[in-house]
Order: sequence, then structure tokens, then C-alpha cells
Amino acid sequence: MTDEKVIGGIKFGILSPEMIRSMSVTAIVTSEVYDENGLPVEGGVMDPRLGVIEPGQRCATCGNTLARCPGHFGHLELARPVVHIGFVKHIYDLLRATCRKCGRLKLPQEEIDRYLDLYKRLKDRWPQLAQSLSDYVKRKAIKATKCPHCGEPQYKIRLEKPTSFIEEGPLGRLWPNKIREWLERIPDDDLRLLGYDPEVARPEWMIITVLPIPPIAVRPSILLETGIRSEDDLTHKLVDIIRTNEKLRESINSGAPEVIVEDLWELLQYHVTTYIDNEVPGVPPAKRRSGMPLRTLAQRLKGKGGRFRGNLSGKRVDFSARTVISPDPNISINEVGVPRDIAMTLTVPVRVTPWNIDEVRKYILNGPGKYPGANYVIDPNGRRIDLRFIKDLKAIAEGLKPGYVVERHLIDGDIVLFNRQPSLHRMSIMAHVVKVLPGKTFRLHLAVCPPYNADFDGDEMNLHVPQNVEARAEAKTLLLVQEHILSPRYGGPIIGGIQDFISGAYLLSSKATLLTKDQVSDLLASISYEGEIPEPAILSPKRSWLGKQIFSLLLPENFNFMKEANISSGELKCSDEECFWDSYLVVKRGKLLLGVLDKAAIGAQKPESMLHYLIREYGNTFGKEFMDKAFKMFLRFIEMRGFTMSINDIVIPREAYEEIWQVYEKAKEEVRKLIEDYQNNRLEAMPGRTLEETLEIKILDVLSRARDEAGEIAVRYLNPFNNVFIMARTGARGSTLNITQMAAMLGQQSVRGQRISRGYRDRTLPHFKKGDIGPEARGFVASSFVKGLTPIEMFFHAAGGREGLVDTAVRTSQSGYMQRRLINSLLDLIVTYDGAVRSTYGELIQFRYGEDGVDPKNTSFGEAVKASRIVDKHVGWKK
Amino acid sequence: MSDNKGKTVHEVVEELSQPGTLVDRVLSRFKKVPEELKDAIRRRLIKDVIELGLKEEEEVSSRFKELRKLADRILKVTKPAEEVLPEGIFLELVNELFETASKIEITDDEMIMIRDDAIRTYLRALVDPGEPVGTVAAQSIAEPGTQMTLRTFHYAGVRELNVTLGLPRLIELVDARKVPETPMMEVHLDEEHRYEREKALEVARRIEMTKLETVASAVDIDLFNNQLIITLDPGMLQDKGLTRDEIIKILSKSKTLSGKVKPDPNDPNVIVIDMPKTYDIIKAQKFRDRIFRMKLKGLKGINKVIAQRRRDPDTGKYYYVLITDGTNLSAVLKVEGVDPTKTRSNSVHEIEEVLGIEAAREALIREIKNTLDEQGLDVDIRHIMLLADMMTHTGTLRQIGRHGIAGEKPSVLARAAFEITVKNLFDAGAAGEVDRVEGVAENVIIGQIAPVGTALVELKMDPTKIKKPVSK
Repeated sequence: MTDEKVIGGIKFGILSPEMIRSMSVTAIVTSEVYDENGLPVEGGVMDPRLGVIEPGQRCATCGNTLARCPGHFGHLELARPVVHIGFVKHIYDLLRATCRKCGRLKLPQEEIDRYLDLYKRLKDRWPQLAQSLSDYVKRKAIKATKCPHCGEPQYKIRLEKPTSFIEEGPLGRLWPNKIREWLERIPDDDLRLLGYDPEVARPEWMIITVLPIPPIAVRPSILLETGIRSEDDLTHKLVDIIRTNEKLRESINSGAPEVIVEDLWELLQYHVTTYIDNEVPGVPPAKRRSGMPLRTLAQRLKGKGGRFRGNLSGKRVDFSARTVISPDPNISINEVGVPRDIAMTLTVPVRVTPWNIDEVRKYILNGPGKYPGANYVIDPNGRRIDLRFIKDLKAIAEGLKPGYVVERHLIDGDIVLFNRQPSLHRMSIMAHVVKVLPGKTFRLHLAVCPPYNADFDGDEMNLHVPQNVEARAEAKTLLLVQEHILSPRYGGPIIGGIQDFISGAYLLSSKATLLTKDQVSDLLASISYEGEIPEPAILSPKRSWLGKQIFSLLLPENFNFMKEANISSGELKCSDEECFWDSYLVVKRGKLLLGVLDKAAIGAQKPESMLHYLIREYGNTFGKEFMDKAFKMFLRFIEMRGFTMSINDIVIPREAYEEIWQVYEKAKEEVRKLIEDYQNNRLEAMPGRTLEETLEIKILDVLSRARDEAGEIAVRYLNPFNNVFIMARTGARGSTLNITQMAAMLGQQSVRGQRISRGYRDRTLPHFKKGDIGPEARGFVASSFVKGLTPIEMFFHAAGGREGLVDTAVRTSQSGYMQRRLINSLLDLIVTYDGAVRSTYGELIQFRYGEDGVDPKNTSFGEAVKASRIVDKHVGWKK
Repeated sequence: MSDNKGKTVHEVVEELSQPGTLVDRVLSRFKKVPEELKDAIRRRLIKDVIELGLKEEEEVSSRFKELRKLADRILKVTKPAEEVLPEGIFLELVNELFETASKIEITDDEMIMIRDDAIRTYLRALVDPGEPVGTVAAQSIAEPGTQMTLRTFHYAGVRELNVTLGLPRLIELVDARKVPETPMMEVHLDEEHRYEREKALEVARRIEMTKLETVASAVDIDLFNNQLIITLDPGMLQDKGLTRDEIIKILSKSKTLSGKVKPDPNDPNVIVIDMPKTYDIIKAQKFRDRIFRMKLKGLKGINKVIAQRRRDPDTGKYYYVLITDGTNLSAVLKVEGVDPTKTRSNSVHEIEEVLGIEAAREALIREIKNTLDEQGLDVDIRHIMLLADMMTHTGTLRQIGRHGIAGEKPSVLARAAFEITVKNLFDAGAAGEVDRVEGVAENVIIGQIAPVGTALVELKMDPTKIKKPVSK
């Protein structure tokens, strides 16, 4: 057993001067950094005893090399103490709450005792309440004008931001040394009541008398190409502090006038302040020669790129790859195509055993340059052998014994994590099975585009290789793509058919599809089907099979399902088995008897679809295999049949244009009348709206009706079974609106939900008369994409389009921040073994998760058990 | 049986459902009707009466006996499920079974299969212990945020009012803002007032805040006589249900104005207010503005009230609901004619103040759900409930963010990693705080595995205590 150390807690406190001195390896005494030979000066800020920063060097303190030397602190004795900027607020409170003479909390002893007792009882159980009590006590003590302990009258103390304290009384300006003396007098128990822990944070330590000098490793200097050393910002700041400190000490020792000493003192305060935090309000930030503000201690921790968010909460990792993605419908949905170059760089450590030694030897013999090979061998002593520099690979392979570890190339079947940013939900990182392929891009199946929100217009994705068995096991059982087909956001599949899969499914399952034996064989071969070919549906004049029959081979034998198809709307509407239009899906005992397959049956993000129930009832793995096969078959069919979209699908005859033109003219006339009514004050305002708003609403109404009418005309003239309509109707891609815009008319363009009205004074463009509020002058586009837009229309269209872009840009940042806050607030909540929801801190949030203890992922659209479906599933074939 | 010609199916069913009809007579003859399926049997019977054209009482009661036999059979088979399944699901199951079995033949074996499948489905649907439901909820609510529209000032059913929707509304809700960008109320009316527009408007007038400004058509400052001459708009007066005398009475109630407000003897629509003699033009203007803002009637904060006609989906009846611009829940609930059980505000804070934290939780869930639904985004209600519970479980509304949940975490590191890094660290130092690294964020920071999910499982056995392998 390894004795693994676990961090059980971290206690925070303030370093005392004694502590600083005792952990220091050297006092820093000079502002010199390097001597004339370019070597660091002893007693300077780059003193070698503070640690090493160059490889090969040995540390003067601990004797370790760069990799093992942790760095060592030094210290600087300040000539006069200064205030620590981070504790100004605390110092201010303490000065006001305690007596200027005896240092006691300005409350009567009995009150202190009573509150302290209460405080001690609250502290561990209700920290928030204890905090409130401290605040209350503090506020009460500040109000006292006379010390109840020694009777000393108290004066108001003013804080002059950032660091000067002034007593409006005999003491006047409180210099840090005075403050320190004052704070020293405060007794421990009084401090405890105020919420301080005097064991680790005596208030006088908030005044800096000794400054710790951080190790060089914290502020490494870099050697520029020109050979000039460039020091870290912190080093610069430290030099400033030491130099000022020296000057201050000299002036004090030489008995310089008080004013000069005080000036230098203030300067020292400034340098120490900016050393700690360079963004204090009221303090001019210390700048580099280039004018860039220095990045001092606080800035290193803060913000997105700071230590906390940039290096601790998220880290850069090894064993990862990133490249452009491209589609590949021929791999499984849980596979990822990895370029050979990447597979030869990323490695998996394999522990050599008697059972795999032969296989591993082959990898070593292939070496790093030949696939599938290995890049490193680690012997049982932990020595790492880089195979790139080994001439005799054979010797290594022969010397291989159980207990060695070989870092072999990535091979088919390895498990990796695949990710696309922004990682908005857990399906943004899923485990895939590696498939090494030629080429330079990652290949992924199209069905997994929705969870990643990926497309192929240049998107890049990341890949990570788990390095130990625990990680691989977890990836395999919890993260594989098929475990995430069902989305936890709503009960439904997020992975499913998209675009051509849907078109293909529709065409294959359409009544009109008759297949010859060759075609059937082709389709079934594409999914490596093994088994009997069913009896053809049509025997004469030629043995022909229906697409529905072929698809049925993929369904489980006892599957029953009935639902309206996506195409079931308008004239094609059907809601029972009596369906002429084939728009009601009926599956009985695993046979697709009626209805076409479209988005409502196999689409992604469609809950309660056929696909959803197949996955729910037959398992994730079945779901994965079903999709692999079905989608491959649909694509094979669509390839056989051919599927394109051409201009002919959206071009309408001249008469249609004339009709549309008439509609447009009519609408224009109506708008003209409305405007006339408005001008003659005949328009009646809608309740709660002004006359102008009413007019706008009415005009928009008229124009949108005109667009719809134009669309209807165009649709009438187009073949309703052409490929564009097939796509729109089945839900594969596009909508009737898109067709309308292509064939008939774009319609009203809008900015901020209104007709376009800005630009020149009283008009949008100089082409219009001032005050013209007719359709054309306010961004109505009467042309279609096929016909082409006039320059003015094109301008309005661009204006509307631009708003969309701006909107997206603004939205991503806003919703991103909201997501960060939500996650940060809820991330500690888990379901405990009793079914309740608790935070990891032990707070009870819900007695039973979601009031019914049901995982949304396992529901059908929110319902744990859908009784009607279960009945249908078993006896639906009888209906 | 009466003649059913010329009636809609709905009406026939309605008629047959009335007490004392054929079906009821039959039902009342038999005592032993299984409680779980009482309604289902009744429904089926009514349908059969219509569809099969049963006329005689004998026919109906023999059909009833069949149905009851079926019901008994179903209940006997599904008995074991009753112990496992929650009541709602169980009832749904037996009803569904009955519904189907009364149409098609279902064997006992099939029923057992269905029953077992329902139990299995239910047990499989339960959450696994350790599931990071918080993170999943946060992602499920925030991920659709990217798909939301940004600036939707949309009419939510009412064309007259603009309402904040979409992402800004969602952010406003999770922020637990004191006042929403567009405060709004939906005031339901009691039985007396809800069906007629006039009655509804009567309540509306009681609620809507009317200022003098609203009913005045003109105002003149007469510096010579030191008078303020206000001309009222008779149309508006009628609309708001006010008269000149009432206005004078209301205005006179104010201390500074008592005795100084007079009607103009020459014009029935004019009010004259005497100003102090010392007023110059600037003071007079200020005086005028102050008078103009005076409340004549209604409730503070409610700027506009609109009566909206709605249709009850159950009864098909039309009724009126008042939609208000601005909120004042506590005052509206007291107004006569208002149904206080249904009336609600879209300000969660207000609901918390008036109705308490449980109501605020419900309001939060409803508002978030509505915001998402309105954008056509599906998010499971459980996620929203968890969020609302997290925001309210301490007894007060807490914001999602640094002034609320994230800022009150017991861990220094978690707080520092979230937003105000440096201050948190310094304060922790001064207070000598201890971070016990229990949360997820802290554990990530120090490089340990957080106690969530698979890491929740620990080995109870101490391997060092095992002396020798157990043999036998």
C-alpha cells in the first residue's frame, strides 16, 4: 500500500515578523542585483541561496537541482513599518473599535463576556451568524466615545484612502509604527469576539516590519536573444522597495529633517502597496518603462488568467491533440478518426506482462517512426528510455521483461476523450473509440454533431488519452458516446438522425420505393447484414422489395410503435392507421407497416420518437448499433437514388411572379391607405399604444401577410415532391419560410424588432423622400433570392443580418457568465445514498431529488413511466 | 334516452355524465366498484352507451358487469406493482391497461409482462447516488442560454405591454433582482367579476393608479390671481370612473391644499387651486408638477391595467384577467373583487415578502420554466426545481453569484476561485479561517479527487489489518 497523503484542510493566517525571519535563508541587504561579471550579488534579490532557476545548477541552500529545489524565502528588514494594503479595512475597524489607550474593545466587560460566550457557540455551527455577531459587536464598539475600561475619551479616526490613518484628536496622523503599538495592546479575547484568530493573525502583523522576499523560482529572469537579462516585474518592484528602504534608513541615521524622512516613508509605503496590489484605487499603478502596468502579487492571482482560474482550477495537459474536424459517415457514432501522425505522437502506457510481451515487443521493434510502434520504454527502476535515440531496438525488445512499461502508439480500439469548446454541457466531452485513419483531420460521425454543436466549417476539436486503467475504465463505462445518447436536459435523444439521414430515411421508407434484388443486396451489404432476405412484397411482374421491408430488418422483433410522422400536417395530416398519405407511422412486431421515417421517427432532439423508445427499451448499445446500421443504409440509399437541390427546385414561372407582384401591389396600397388614415387622424389607436405604434403594428401585419401570401403562391407553382420540399417537410433541413424566401419574397427586414428606420434624417437612405414611411423605404424586400435583390434591398437585408451577428456576439458573453455563476453555485450538489440532494458540505437541499427521485435522463419527456407506451409496447400489435 | 341528433359528441357526453342518467342509475345499483378504476369504468360505459347505442338498463348493466370483471382482473394482476410504484404512476398504469383492455383482448400473461416492465422501467429511472445533479442542472439551464434571443421585448399575450423575456429575463431571475425590469401582475378576479368586461374594468379602476396628470387635459398658471387652473378631460374622467367633485375631495384631503381647491363656476370641467401669494414662476411650476403627480385613486406602483379575455380550456367559458404594468401584490390582494388565491406578480422578491419563501420558490420555478418554454427550449422541471431550492433553502432568496450562493460558500479557495480572489484570501488570513476542502472547486485546486460521483465510493476495509488471506 502506498501511504497516500490527503489534504484534510488548509488554515489561513498572517505571517508574523518572527516567522518571516525564521523561514528566511538570508537577509536581503543590498539593492544591487548583479555584479560587474553578471553574477548575482549575495544579499541581493537574486541571491543564489533563494533557489535555482537554471537547469544544471545546484541550490546553495538545499543542494538540489532545478527540478527538486522548492525555492527559499529571504527577508528584508524595513527601516520603518508600513501598512499592508490588504488589511487596511481591518486595521481601520480595529482602531475604531478599540480604546486608544488600553487597547480594549470599547464595550463593558460583561457585554464582552456575554457576546464572547454566544460567539463561541455559534462559530463552528453557524459561521455566517458568528460573522454577523462580530459585525454587530464591532459596530456597537465603534459608537462608544469613552472607553468603558479605562475611561479614556475616544476620538474619531479617519481613513484617508489608501493607507493614511488620522485621529481627529491629540495623536493626529497615525504613522504605521504608532498603529502597530496600538494594535499590540488589543487582548486576544477581544480579537476573537471581533472574528480574528489571534493565534495565527495578531493584528500588529498587519503592519509590515519585515518583508518576505519570495524565492527566485517565483520571479524567474529570462535571457533575451540579445543576451540581455530581463527581470520579472516582482524583482523590479523588490529592487524599488530595497532602494527606498536604504534611502530611508540613511536619512534616519543621518538625522535628516522629519519631512524628508516622512516623504521617503510614504514612498516606501507606495512601493510596498503596489508590490502587493497594483490596482488599488487611488494609487497610481507602478509601470514598466513601456508604460505597461506591472503584474504584481494580487494581479498574479486574480481574474481569468490568474493563478486560481488559470492554473489551479484548470491546467494545461500532456497526451492531448487538437486539429480540424471533418465528417465520416462510415465510422461508428462512438468512433473518432485519428490521423496517423497524431496516433504516432500520443501514447498509451502498457505494463508488460507474460501475456502481452510478444505484442509489445513488436511495438518496440517498430520504434517511434513506424506505425504501430512505441515511443518510450520505462524500466522497473523508473528510467525512461527514449526510443528515438536507440539504434538497436532489437536489444531493447529482447531485454523486455514483465514489469517494464512501454508507451506504445495509439491503436484502433483505444479509448480517448473527445471535446469541443465551448464545453457547455457534459456531452461536450465524450469518450470515443480510436480508429486510426490517413489524413490530417479528426473524423467524426455526423450524428454526434448536435451534442458537440459541431459543424465542419473549420471547427477544431481536442482529444485526450487517458493514461491509467482507472481513467480508461471510467471513460468506458460512463463517458462513451452511447451512454450520452439520451440528454439529461430533457428526456430525449440528443444524438439521432440529421439532414441527409432524414432525407434518406424518408426516401427509403416511402411507399413509392421499390427495390430490385441487386439494390436490396447492395443496401444490406452496406451494413454487413447476415441473414435471410425477406419475401418480396411484389412478386410480379418483377420481384420487388419495399424500402419499409428492408428497414424492418433492423428493428427488434417484438417492437411496436405508432406515431404521427413529421410530414403529417396540412393536407397530409393523418392521426390513425387509415392513412392515405403514409404520414402515420405504424410498427407492429418489428415490421414497419405504414408511414414514412422522418424527423419525428429518427430525428435528433425529438423526445418520444421511435428512436427514443428503441434506445429506452433496448438499451444504449442497441441504440448505437441501430443508428450505425440504419444511418449507413439511409446514406447508401440516398447515394443510389441521388439527391440534389438545383435552381429548378425553386424557380417559379412568370405568371407566378406576376401574381406575387399583384399581392405586393395590393399590400402597398393597403399600407398607403393606413398611412393616409393616420395622417388624416382617422386611425384609431390600439389600447395602451400610441397612434404611431398602432400604425407600425398594422403595417407590419399587412406586410407579413403579403409575404405569406407570396409564399403560398410560389408553393402552388412548385412541385411539392421535389427535393427541397422533401427536406423541409421531413424536417431534414430548411423550412417553408426558407423556400418562400428563395422562390417568392424575402419580406420585411427588421432591426430591433422594428422596420428599419435609422440612417439619414427622416429617411433611411437618400434615395427616398423625407418622411416616406412606405414599405420600400423602411426595409421591405419584395425580391426573392432567385430573382436577386436590388442594391437598396440588399442594403436593408445586410442591416438585418448585421443585427443578428451583433446579437450572437453579445449573447455568448452574457450567457457564458451566467453559466459560470450557475455552475459555481450548484457544483457541490450530489444525490446521496438516501436519495436526498446534499451539498458536499453537508447542507440538505432536497429530501428527494426532483420530488420523485427520478433522473430526467431516464424519463420520456419528464415522465418516469409512460403507462400508455408500456401498454403499446407489449400489445400495440393487436390494435 | 333522448334523441342525440344535432348534438356534438361533447354535449352528449356532458348530458350522459349528469347525475341521474342511465349510466348513473346502473352504477348506483352496484356497490362494489373498485376505487382505482371508478372513473375509468364510468367513462368507458358512457362511451359504450353512445358508440354501441345501448338503450336498455339491462344492456348497460351487463356491460358494466363485464367491465367490472375486467377491472378486478387488472387489479389482481397488478397488485405487486402497487407496492413498488408511486401512486400516480400505478393509477396511470391500471387506467391505461383498463382503457386498452376494454377495447382489445389482453391476456393475463401480457398483463404480467406489462406490469413487470413498468416496475423495471420505474426502478431503472431512479437517480444513482453520487450523481452530480447540481452540475447537470446548471448545465441544462445555462446551455440553452446560448440559443436564446437577447433583446426580446415581446408581448406576452398582451399586445399592450412589453415584457422582458429571453436571456435578460433568465439572468434577472437567477440574479434574484429586487425589482424586475418590467414588473407585471396577473390579477385574477372572483366569480362575480370575472365574466363580464364591465365588472372586470370596475376592479381594474380600483387597482390602476390614476394621477391628476392622467385626467387633466390642460393646466394654466395664473400668476396674476396666484391660481392653478386645471382643465379635466371628460373622456378620461369617465374612463377612470372619476368626477370633478371626487377629485376636488381627494385633493382637499392633502394638508397643503385643504380649502384651496375650488370648482370653476363657469366651466364644469375646470378646477382652480389657490397658490400661496409668495410663489414666483419657478415655484409655481414646481407646485404644478407636484400637484400633477398626486395620486387620485388606485394602488401605488400600478401604472396601467389591461383586461384580457381568456378561455378556460376545461369549461370552454370565457373570463377576464387583469394584466398590470407595475406591481403591488400586498395591496392588490386586499382589493375587493380580486381572487387572491390565483393572483400573482412576476417579482419573486415581492412574492417572498408577501407570501413567504415557499411561494417564492414556486414563483421562481414557474417564471424560469415560462421563460424557457416561451423560447421553445425543453428543460426538465427537476433541474429548475433544484436551482430554486438552492436559491431558497436558507429561508431567504439568495442570488446565484458572488453576493449569494457562490459568495457564502464555506470554502476560502472556492470563493477565491470564483470572483473576488484577493480580498477573500486576505480576509481568510485575518480571521484565521480553515478550508476543510470538502467541495468540488477546492479539491480541484489542490489536486485531489472531489467526493462526487464514482469518487464517493470509499473502501471501508483497512487492508493493513488483514494478517493473512482468508482461506477455506
